[in-house]
Amino acid sequence: MQLNFELNGQPVTLFVDGAMRALDLLRERCGITGPKEGCGSGECGACAIWIDGVTKLSCLMLAAQLQGRTVTTIEGLAKDEPHPLQQFFVKKGAVQCGYCTPGMIMTAAELLTHEKMPDREMIRNAISGNICRCTGYHKIVDAVEDAAEAMQGLKP
Amino acid sequence: MTNSSPMQDIGRCSPRFDALDKTLGREQFASDFYTEDMLWAGVCRAGIAHGRIRSVNTARAEVVKGVHCVLTRKDVPGSNRQGFVYWDMPVLCGTKVRHAGDALALVVAENRQVLARALSLIEVDITPLPVIDSMDVALENHASQVHDLETGNVLKSATITKGNPAEAMAQCDVILEETFFSPVQEHAYIETENGVARFDKDGILHLTVSTQAPFRDRFEIARALGLDHNKIHVINPYLGGAFGGKDGATVQCLLALAAIHVKGRTIKMWWDRRESMLAGYKRHAARMHYKLGAQKDGTLVALECELDYDTGAYAHLGVEIMALGLEHAGGPYRIANMESRGRCIYTNNPIAGAFRGFGVAQVCFAFEGMMDRLAIKLAMDPLVLRMKNALIRGDRNCAGVTMTHSTGMEECLMRLSEHGLWKTRKKWIADALPFKRRSVGISAVFNGMGYGRGLADYAIAKVKLSPSGLIRVYNGVSDMGQGNASTFVQIAGEILCQRQDTMELVQPDTDRTHPSGSATAGRTTYTYGKALIKACEALRDKLFNRAALMLLVDDGAGFAMIPGGVRHLPSGRDLSLADLAAMMMPDDRICMAEYLMPTTPEMPKGGETFKLGFPHLIYPFAAHLARVEVDELTGEIIVHDYLAFTDGGRVLNPQVFEQQVQGAVAQGLGYALFEEVKTREALLETKDFSTYILPTSMDLPDIESHAVETIEHSGPFGMKGIGEVGMNAPLPAVASAMAHAGLPMNHAPFTPERVLGVLDQEKKDIPCN
Ligand code: FES
Ligand code: FES
Repeated sequence: MQLNFELNGQPVTLFVDGAMRALDLLRERCGITGPKEGCGSGECGACAIWIDGVTKLSCLMLAAQLQGRTVTTIEGLAKDEPHPLQQFFVKKGAVQCGYCTPGMIMTAAELLTHEKMPDREMIRNAISGNICRCTGYHKIVDAVEDAAEAMQGLKP
Repeated sequence: MTNSSPMQDIGRCSPRFDALDKTLGREQFASDFYTEDMLWAGVCRAGIAHGRIRSVNTARAEVVKGVHCVLTRKDVPGSNRQGFVYWDMPVLCGTKVRHAGDALALVVAENRQVLARALSLIEVDITPLPVIDSMDVALENHASQVHDLETGNVLKSATITKGNPAEAMAQCDVILEETFFSPVQEHAYIETENGVARFDKDGILHLTVSTQAPFRDRFEIARALGLDHNKIHVINPYLGGAFGGKDGATVQCLLALAAIHVKGRTIKMWWDRRESMLAGYKRHAARMHYKLGAQKDGTLVALECELDYDTGAYAHLGVEIMALGLEHAGGPYRIANMESRGRCIYTNNPIAGAFRGFGVAQVCFAFEGMMDRLAIKLAMDPLVLRMKNALIRGDRNCAGVTMTHSTGMEECLMRLSEHGLWKTRKKWIADALPFKRRSVGISAVFNGMGYGRGLADYAIAKVKLSPSGLIRVYNGVSDMGQGNASTFVQIAGEILCQRQDTMELVQPDTDRTHPSGSATAGRTTYTYGKALIKACEALRDKLFNRAALMLLVDDGAGFAMIPGGVRHLPSGRDLSLADLAAMMMPDDRICMAEYLMPTTPEMPKGGETFKLGFPHLIYPFAAHLARVEVDELTGEIIVHDYLAFTDGGRVLNPQVFEQQVQGAVAQGLGYALFEEVKTREALLETKDFSTYILPTSMDLPDIESHAVETIEHSGPFGMKGIGEVGMNAPLPAVASAMAHAGLPMNHAPFTPERVLGVLDQEKKDIPCN
């Protein structure tokens, strides 16, 4: 099928088998390797992307479901400079192996679009579908908290 | 970002070198390599746990359009043997199946759809053999044999002794006996096993793999497939986690086999989660029988224990893991008399192998469990009991090695005893709501660092001044996420006085970097760091001498490194590194050095049995505390607060230090609370992340970490290594809390079912009048 969608701000037209997974489409056809595969069955969150600004698991989506949509991956999250979450993940040490990081940041970034000042419990709740095997989450929660404050102008 | 880029000073809390690329989604892991002409390789696995292979029929798979080749045992050149010490694992099985994940055929296909179809068309005929699904079955007299050994299914048994435990036991005031069971744990790194390979026209086999030991991989592939290791080139990007599970062959030999049959094409293999769980390595389940004797005042006197480790279908590092279990069986305590007997047993269960805490995580549960029972029996404070017996420098540890290096066990416990979470425990416990039972547990643990005796623990470091004046560190040891590569940049930055943005890092590549051992055993930063310090000092001295030539002064004395250059202090004149580089030939801009880690000259009685990895000389220590609440109605355990004191020697980067501790605690709490690989008749029941339960952000508390910085004089800037020790403490800390809540648990993990079982038992034990 012919597939048209917007990927990180750029229009994309591709001829693909609509039944392939969105995750594979991005990785194999679009050269977008930020979304990772950790489980392939919706349990780890490593493949999280935004469809029209809402976090979705790209391992559970078909390519055809991207038709006409706006797709944002970790590669498209930064604007002129890294997104505050990207900056605070670095600063607060929320990255170890980094394999969960793209999905984790996409999930957290969506949270911050509708929850300006989430507390730690809300953050933990929001990222509970993203498994991180390295960090124990403590620093991830710190980073999200600080990024939220920074976005509200409360933190440099 | 020149001015915002941090100085790479030792001791500074510096963001990791790799962090920004990883957050931007730019980092290329092995799984992120794709090429235009790429093919996919995949494996047909046995699916049954034990049997004789009668035939593997590939005819129907071969004719599928888009299939390049279907390979079986007869297509494997060389020995077909993989493994570390015992080469007992076939690349492709030809005659016998020993566990359900065994590989029988390898398919190379145009794409993943074709691959899946071809794999489904392979027909195997296997005559089932009796399944050895537990250590008990394996040890039965007429048990079927997993490998035909003279010792039956016992891969290796060994005994180490010290003093005279039988005699000493007889003199003890208190003797306690218990048996503990610890489960199989899954590594569950988020990036599953994968890599790409290509056999070039020039006869070189190139691989990019998610591996912890790129240099050893070359030998392993060469031996298994009869190739020349000099013609194997392995590139090793950052790993998406490993924790021991990528130490040893996973995809390597299979990829190499595919590549030598389909020359000139890039071939990718990427196990999905189910395949990773089926065929990947796991932590050994262990059964540990302990008998501990002590005096009335709590002095430990004698220990006898029997440790059985289930290694699954292949040896991997099972014997070495058992050896570490024996070495650490008595905990970080002074015990004059001890005898530990160990067995490493073959079964048809999933393959067990290296995992953070390498055989030690298991015994810490058992030994600390004995300490809590002893404390309860003697009505002693559990912390006082631990302090009383904690190893200090000059003591012989339980395996008989004199502690000549930094020994911070006592200090970790002392610091813990002063902490609010410990001091306010009584009030916290008393504040429990109805049907909730609260308790505070502690644990004291250690973990030998480095390979131990018998295997040279070495590293070769290389640094180079680039033509543009950047300092480039060539790292030869994998970074699986623990941050060693970043610490190497920091070490070079400290000595050469550089900011992060004037430094570069080359990740392991067998053509560009030098062999430096595997990323295992908490050794990475210690060993490579020592080599790197020497290399950087050599480069610094060389730069001073070259600068002297350029500034027409007598010699290199009186120079200092400054960010981006060198300064001649007497005259105040500066030279940039780029200018210096321009005056140097390419080889002249390189410095290399190597380092060999020291080993103990003491060999405990019985220890000669182990060729590799026994015993150790240097140990990190840790004392942890967990505040735990048990729901008496549901059996659920909530860990409310967690505290860790770690003696890893001096801390080079507090941020990376905390990351390591928190990550290890998270894995340890998973191990304590719900992680358990379950099998039925040796077949996996926990096949994916919906059945194998990992801790999420909702299951873990914030983890408070403190460093107890004893200075390890032999280490780089005084550090030891903390990769493993943090893993060993959470299970015993939670177990300790349970024991002091009146709910002693001998079988981990402490699932609600097991907790309810102990609660029921408690009710039954209450005498009815
Ligand atoms: S890969 Fe999509 S949720 Fe795990
Ligand atoms: S940083 Fe490794 S999985 Fe999260």
